[in-house]
Amino acid sequence: MDTLKTLVVILLSSVLVNNYVLSRFLGICPFLGVSKKLGQAAGMGVSVTAVMLLASAITWPIQRLILDQLHLEYMQTIVFILVIAALVQMLEIILKKFSPALHKALGVYLPLITTNCAVLGVAINNITDGYTFVESMVSSLGCGLGFLLAMVLFSGLRSRIDESEVPAPFRGLAVTLIAASFISLAFMGLSGIVDSLFA
Amino acid sequence: MKKNGNLSVLTKGIFKENPVFILILGTCPTLATTTNVVGAFGMGIAALVVLLCSNVLISMLRSVIPDGVRIPCYITIIAGFVTMVQMAVQAFFPALYEMLGVYLALIVVNCIILGRAEMFASKNSVGKSALDGIGMGLGFTLALCAMATVREVFGAASFAGIAIPFLADYKIEFLVKAPGGMLVYGLLIALVCALTNGKGPKKKEFTCAGCPSAGYCKTGACQSKKEEA
Repeated sequence: MDTLKTLVVILLSSVLVNNYVLSRFLGICPFLGVSKKLGQAAGMGVSVTAVMLLASAITWPIQRLILDQLHLEYMQTIVFILVIAALVQMLEIILKKFSPALHKALGVYLPLITTNCAVLGVAINNITDGYTFVESMVSSLGCGLGFLLAMVLFSGLRSRIDESEVPAPFRGLAVTLIAASFISLAFMGLSGIVDSLFA
Repeated sequence: MKKNGNLSVLTKGIFKENPVFILILGTCPTLATTTNVVGAFGMGIAALVVLLCSNVLISMLRSVIPDGVRIPCYITIIAGFVTMVQMAVQAFFPALYEMLGVYLALIVVNCIILGRAEMFASKNSVGKSALDGIGMGLGFTLALCAMATVREVFGAASFAGIAIPFLADYKIEFLVKAPGGMLVYGLLIALVCALTNGKGPKKKEFTCAGCPSAGYCKTGACQSKKEEA
């Protein structure tokens, strides 16, 4: 029961409280770049979630079974980024070969994820936070869902901005960032939710 | 004439092509590490060192690295330097290491560094690449410090950890929190845009030139998507 509770807390806090985009500032580039249309935003969010889960599933054993055993912890950064880059490339090739439909829907976003700091960030944070394998999978899922949630919410907001009259210097990225700040402000209100849930 | 050319390579990173405010690269560390001036300065210098070293090495190896696998090569080189910087910071500035946390490792995926490798170092001589690295690194550091100054002075009523007494009653604590970062960044971009009469931030949207993944996705996936949408 306690383990389940821990897992729920990890999931909720990574989706709502420590949302990767809105409170930890990871994955801002795709958040600002690919959030113009709802469909794109959702596609990117789903792809990121999938890659985060896969990347954590691979990097966790690598860290614990290889790097820790051989005392090569300092190789973490190099190994993780290369594993993630190779993983994304392979995923794209496999999808293209076996599921052209899925590749058509999500494939275009895959290359953009290779150097997404959110993916590397999740992989590193799972290790730094000392999560077990199951916990790190749940945390990756939570971070991915949180990213998806932020992307979808934000794409809605952006389509409204597109229709409104924005003062010249604010046009483009400036107003987008300020809008993102408001969403982030709304998420700040959720910060106590997880602690009080099981109090 | 030649000296003039080199000087412009150095200074364009600081003003004309400032990576943070004009090219809009490296947004994640910009937002995350600017809650105080010390952290921002440390982050800027760490990125400068990595940028300088990777630019020089990539420029040296530019005729050796095969075109098809250049991005993985660049990533490996950059990751190597990031690891070195990480170890150095951990050894000499443990407090800063704690403060920057995961963002230090995330210099690897900082768009500025991969972007400069792809756009500049792979096409220019070693000397010019080194100057470009220093210029871009300084531009990044200055921009981070400018943003951190705004956030720390008005959000925490201090500068680089030194308290500013007369502002203590008027702290806007929201500025040092996450939403404040985005707000200040947005306002500063608008300010730069207004000061340069809109000539500055030409790139209102992310384009392939500023995207670190451009090497992988030759299709310009996000661009074509945008057009058809």
